[in-house]
Amino acid sequence: MLTIPRAWREKPQRYLFKGGKCKDCGFVTYPARKVCPKCHSENIETVDLPREGKIITYTIVYSAPEGFGDFSPYPLAIVELTNGARLMLQIVDTDLDKVQIGEKVNVVFRRLLVEGNAGIIIYGPKATVVEDK
Amino acid sequence: MREVAVVGTGVTQFGYLWEKSWRDLAVESSLEAIKNSGVDKIDSIYVANFTGGTFVEQEHMAAIVADYLGLLHIPATRVEDACASSAVALRHAYMEVAGGFSDAVLVTGVEKMTDVVTSQGVYSLAMAADREFEGYQGVTFPALFALVARKYMNDFGATREQLASVAVKNHKNASKNPKAQFHNIITIEDVINASMIADPLGLFDCSPMTDGAASVVLMPLEKAKKLTNAAKPIKISGIAQATDTIALAQRESFTSFRATIEAGKKAYEMAGKGPEDIDVTEVHDCFTIAEICAIEDLGFFEKGKGAQATADGLTAIDGKLPVNPSGGLKGKGHPVGATGIAQIANLADQLRGEAGELQVKDPKVALAHNLGGSGATVVVTILEVV
Ligand SMILES: [Zn+2]
Repeated sequence: MLTIPRAWREKPQRYLFKGGKCKDCGFVTYPARKVCPKCHSENIETVDLPREGKIITYTIVYSAPEGFGDFSPYPLAIVELTNGARLMLQIVDTDLDKVQIGEKVNVVFRRLLVEGNAGIIIYGPKATVVEDK
Repeated sequence: MREVAVVGTGVTQFGYLWEKSWRDLAVESSLEAIKNSGVDKIDSIYVANFTGGTFVEQEHMAAIVADYLGLLHIPATRVEDACASSAVALRHAYMEVAGGFSDAVLVTGVEKMTDVVTSQGVYSLAMAADREFEGYQGVTFPALFALVARKYMNDFGATREQLASVAVKNHKNASKNPKAQFHNIITIEDVINASMIADPLGLFDCSPMTDGAASVVLMPLEKAKKLTNAAKPIKISGIAQATDTIALAQRESFTSFRATIEAGKKAYEMAGKGPEDIDVTEVHDCFTIAEICAIEDLGFFEKGKGAQATADGLTAIDGKLPVNPSGGLKGKGHPVGATGIAQIANLADQLRGEAGELQVKDPKVALAHNLGGSGATVVVTILEVV
């Protein structure tokens, strides 16, 4: 079964929310990669990702996979951060009707799932919709 | 390079087949394909399967198929690329025959999905996505395509009714396919009022869990022509494969599948054909929105017009371009590892004029589109009457 190192080695992207920025073309990815997908440069620096972004598209999941039944129905969104990096995030602490294309979100740190028979609790990024004040 | 033909084909019943194991299914379709190919010797086997490891706790499946067919000592190779596994296997078999390494190659796709409960099946299928950056967020396959559907509806003003028209058409077609999982006619209202799976996709927007297997035998075209006791050979005039990012979030577009566009372009070029030459097509309608994107990305309809075209009946069996006359993945069923080969077998029947009640009028050129994951792997195959 899956063991602790699988979670531990993911610390930079999952627990510290780091990404990779191409020093040649500026393209930012989450997680960081060895090779820039835009210009193939290997000149990549690790950067802290911004915690603000917006929803590009979304869904609300009613039929959940094993391990996610407790969360359902839950929204999932493709989020674009302010520096252009894009990622899939679950939307939490938000009324379902507030989840809309174009809405602003903040990235938050939450429990993601319990993995394997060892019962390792995995934490990582999710997002909340920013309420208009 | 030698020209390559599909000779024998075999397809099992698709559905919840509790009385049959994956092994029974693979052997059944393989024997049918070998028998009607007219060959007396198979040189090599490809077995396509997505996730036997989690659905039936069995890997190393190709050797088992060779063993249970009594075809020991020849090469047997398992191929896995999610829902595109069997079209990828077909391409490798094509190259093996075209390259002169083998004269008769069996390709069998198989999936046994109903030995596990639904939540476990959903979990297994999600392994075709990016496990750590999509799966950990609770992604399911309906969710990935719902993200595409939501964006498509937003960008092009498409409606739920238009999406539903894909499922209505494919159920209608499947009702005439004796091997299909579903034979019930459904209405637009049924689709829209069905229980929600991943908003905006409901139960009837989604292909089902299915058991089934499908096989083809490939041969060099010139040798196939000389076989007197075989079904009429169908030429593979184009076959191409392309990839895209594994994670949906990294795509350039969320309403178009780049791997479909790229594989389509290459397959058209190889065959010397264009979208206007295609008389019938089987596309990968794992979800209603997937068929709409496919018929646009393959050049049959302008971007943003596929949903309306479907609602207008242009893709019905008697329409301008019949799409998924077999019932598609939605109506016929989607035994993941078998789907790409079932498409080829169905289209070979069409080109031979042997598709029964599903027959479209006098087709000469057909196109199969098999997509893996949320579009990270796509194979497009063009078949022709010789
Ligand atoms: Zn770059």
